[in-house]
Amino acid sequence: MDLNTLHYAKSHEWAHVEGDICTVGITQHAVDLLTDIIHLELPKVGAAVKAETRFGEVESVKSVNELIAPLSGTVIEVNDKAAKDTSLVNSDPYGAGWLIKIKLAPDAAKSHLMDLKKYEDYCAHEGH
Amino acid sequence: MAYILNTADDQKAMLAKIGIHSLEELWESIPAELRLNRALNIPTAMSEIELTQHFSKLANRNRAAGEAVCFLGGGAYDHFIPSVVDAISGRSEFYTAYTPYQAEASQGTLQAVFEFQTLMAELSGMDVSNASMYEGGSSLAEAVLMAMSIAERRGEILIAESVHPEYLATLKTYLANLHCDVRVLPTPGGFLDPELLKKEINSNCIAVAIQSPNFFGHLEEVEAIAEIARQNKVISIQSFDPISLGILKRPGDYGVDIAVAEGQSLGTPLGYGGPYLGILTCRQEYVRKIPGRLVGQTTDRNGNRCWVLTLQTREQHIRRDKATSNICTNQGLYALRAAVYLSALGPKGLKETAELCLRKAHYAASQLTGISGVEMKFNRPFFKEFTVKVPGDVKSLLSTLQDDGYFAGLQTGRWYPELSDCLTVAVTEKRTRAEIDGLAGLLKSTLSANPSGKKQKA
Repeated sequence: MDLNTLHYAKSHEWAHVEGDICTVGITQHAVDLLTDIIHLELPKVGAAVKAETRFGEVESVKSVNELIAPLSGTVIEVNDKAAKDTSLVNSDPYGAGWLIKIKLAPDAAKSHLMDLKKYEDYCAHEGH
Repeated sequence: MAYILNTADDQKAMLAKIGIHSLEELWESIPAELRLNRALNIPTAMSEIELTQHFSKLANRNRAAGEAVCFLGGGAYDHFIPSVVDAISGRSEFYTAYTPYQAEASQGTLQAVFEFQTLMAELSGMDVSNASMYEGGSSLAEAVLMAMSIAERRGEILIAESVHPEYLATLKTYLANLHCDVRVLPTPGGFLDPELLKKEINSNCIAVAIQSPNFFGHLEEVEAIAEIARQNKVISIQSFDPISLGILKRPGDYGVDIAVAEGQSLGTPLGYGGPYLGILTCRQEYVRKIPGRLVGQTTDRNGNRCWVLTLQTREQHIRRDKATSNICTNQGLYALRAAVYLSALGPKGLKETAELCLRKAHYAASQLTGISGVEMKFNRPFFKEFTVKVPGDVKSLLSTLQDDGYFAGLQTGRWYPELSDCLTVAVTEKRTRAEIDGLAGLLKSTLSANPSGKKQKA
């Protein structure tokens, strides 16, 4: 996955948009912060997700965090492999560790998301 | 004893510190109509000597189980506790440890909890046990919360009327604001008829909860009930008596999804209101929904066996308001006692204990029902407890027998008004033949002297 083609949320999800289909995952930065991810709670196919609201949960050894949808739409595919084997998210968050695919709502707007450069700056300053 | 004083000068200093002059000023934000505006209605202060005497006097009004021949049950039983239980659980390493928040530094506590979990899973025939809960009632309520979480919806909980009424009350309290209804299924025959369950179960149901042996002491049709639940995609929950599993089939063998218990029987002395021990076990597929924490066994980087807290992210200190349960403090010391008790008895000892309870209870039932007017209330198999119908006023009868040194049983009508002529009698391995004969003899003479149950004054 070319990271330059992705859109990034402040809550550390990435979105890859192709036509009206958006693939969602969490960033390497999020994986590094969470450390070992041991459980994912993902929505069911058909569920509606709304931008900037919770669509699931990621649990690591020492913390639990909400997964926030970068864009609005309907879930059309869930990465069951990653849900069963969370090491896929730990080792390949932009590839085999993707989480869900969304069919975007007609009015889905990306203006609140960042490009790679902005996201890297955001991560660099987040902890300060 | 250390006292934290709160003198007038102390109050003045504290008020000055926060920049006000009176207590009235402190309470200004509370609307006047909500204030009590009078002194609390409590007695005046006592000296330490007076206070000690006062509480001694109150305490002496109690009669402990050990001061009479005890046939009391209903969830708390007078079982024998081998001295090894006190000896090990009283060790300061265990006794002073509160909870392993510095988890990996508490290897001894973690190992003890791990042993407890292993024993509970083996005992119940289930895959997983958590690291204990408050007591039997909250365990049942938490099992229902688990079922709601597994089902991912609200709906209706079916519960047999023969479940401990106080567990039912606890469950209703837990669910009061969770938009989940509790429907009690009547048990007029002393057990939940599976045919009734078949009629009442529907797609709105989330779980069906039973207790076996139930509050009346009798066995439920656990296997049939678990099967009806499974066919209707409803979670089955059984509250069990740990001692009974020395001879009865285990909840897991019956196909039950979640099995809970009051663990007091396993090495915890009788105490008024507890503290007791909650047991909660379940099938592997529900492990992520189990409340509280688990201890897992692993190896450290040098390959040594060690123990760690696992699945603790569901708890409040990490998940905050989204915690799946209110359990953060388990009954660690009582879990340890249960582990020591079961380890000391072993499978053979537990079986012997259960057999003694069974035989003695059945002997007691035969002796009591041999008395004219006394009969079994329900025609059902029972383990160590049973309910009999007695002539006369049960309350007076129990009071009379108590005067003669016998806690003869529970007044069943206290919880079930329609059973006001019944007595529920529990017989543990501690009761001797002479004690059972003594109870039967006394009951017979009391009833024949006065069928109303009241002892005649000499």
